[in-house]
Amino acid sequence: MQYKAMSLSLALALAAPLAWGEASVADYRAQLADKDANPGFLVIDRGEMLFKEKRGPKNASLEKCDFGLGPGKLKGAYAQLPRYFKDTKRVQDLESRLMTCMVTLQGYTEDEIKQKLYADQRKNEDNTPMEAIAAYVAYQSDGMKIDPPMKHAAEKDTVKLGEAMFWRRHGPMDFSCATCHAEEGKRVRLQSLVNVYNAKDIQATMTTWPTYRVSHGVVRNMQHRMWDCHWQMRTPDIDYGSPASVALISFLTNQAKGGIYDLPGIKR
Amino acid sequence: MKSKLIIAALLSVAFNPAAADSKFVANLDKVVAESFKPGPGQDMSRLVQDETQKVCSETRNNPSAAQAAAINAREAATIKYPASGKLMGDWKNGEKLVKDGFGMRIGNIEPDKADRQKGGNGGNCYACHALDPKEVAAGNLGPSLTGYGALRGSGEEIVKYTYNKLYNTQATVACSNMPRVGHNGILTPEQVADVTAYLVSPESSLNQKK
Repeated sequence: MQYKAMSLSLALALAAPLAWGEASVADYRAQLADKDANPGFLVIDRGEMLFKEKRGPKNASLEKCDFGLGPGKLKGAYAQLPRYFKDTKRVQDLESRLMTCMVTLQGYTEDEIKQKLYADQRKNEDNTPMEAIAAYVAYQSDGMKIDPPMKHAAEKDTVKLGEAMFWRRHGPMDFSCATCHAEEGKRVRLQSLVNVYNAKDIQATMTTWPTYRVSHGVVRNMQHRMWDCHWQMRTPDIDYGSPASVALISFLTNQAKGGIYDLPGIKR
Repeated sequence: MKSKLIIAALLSVAFNPAAADSKFVANLDKVVAESFKPGPGQDMSRLVQDETQKVCSETRNNPSAAQAAAINAREAATIKYPASGKLMGDWKNGEKLVKDGFGMRIGNIEPDKADRQKGGNGGNCYACHALDPKEVAAGNLGPSLTGYGALRGSGEEIVKYTYNKLYNTQATVACSNMPRVGHNGILTPEQVADVTAYLVSPESSLNQKK
């Protein structure tokens, strides 16, 4: 037993940094892959309670929220987002649509909601209601194909705008999203980077968001990911549900079309 | 009339991708202005693109020969040297600067401490480059720099080339993925000289035979 362990560590030590780094990321993910043990389910359960609870100045639940398939229809809604909404006259993703419903059905203001969007993992905070509810609604599309509509001109435009935004270089690092996410086999330190122009790669990514993030101890969604990337790009905070963030998410979702949602994800 | 315009716009999207792309790029500044809210903690100037960033964005880092030449000339003109004139500084400090780099993150959600929001914290080079083989956690977005000086010598030309590359990589490679470390204020000229020494100096730990 001891002999086997020693030669394994010797092999790892002698392996080139590239191989070691990639093998260990794959092993790490394999060990996390037991879905029943995903702490994200606790957040989804809490999200379901919050979704059905009467909240806000209007003392109403979110059960009449229209995520694109009609009021209250949750099954498959996330799989068909982002999409154009007639009432708001714009393309929206899950998180921005959820904010629309919290405002119109429950009477919260956008400013109120934006005061505290995300759990601060540095303070061991739990997910905010917004994050928990988004996780719950997304989970209703588990097992379904990524299939955002591309009928309305605004839906097509938003994807193209998202791709333009993907290549926009700005900030003191001269970074664009493409700096890290447009080439095969790249990594930052030992964190492998998804290539959005590789269909299998981007499908593996987009089908597993929202995700429990082990390093955060909470569930994170795509809006948070867009914020996180821009924070690392050293830009100001990208606004929650903003046109640029929705455009980026539209582009990425479209790149991953046909992938099957496997939710909630679990990642570093 | 309106429907004819809409049809024309949709047709241009369908059959002329290049024109459509530039249409979206032109609209992008407006969308960006609507997507980042100004206020305390938000340095909006970071979103303003300079000419080089604009060209590299529009061409997706594939500028024409003429555009590349213009970028090289523009960026070469920005290069500043330390007041001492010495392009090789202290390699031990350079080694620290290569390893460090946390900083310059702003906003109201997880900003770095105030004194680390400006540059001068380090280059975070291991994010993209392999350097000392003892450091396994090295990225591969950029080429390996292991044994940099051992492979190239430490003549005046190599020193100057290396310093210039660090200070502003686009003086030689238009639309390079690498940040313009000196020009953008990530490192001061003196710090660039220290990193140059770490890379090039025969005494540097990077260039010792194992």
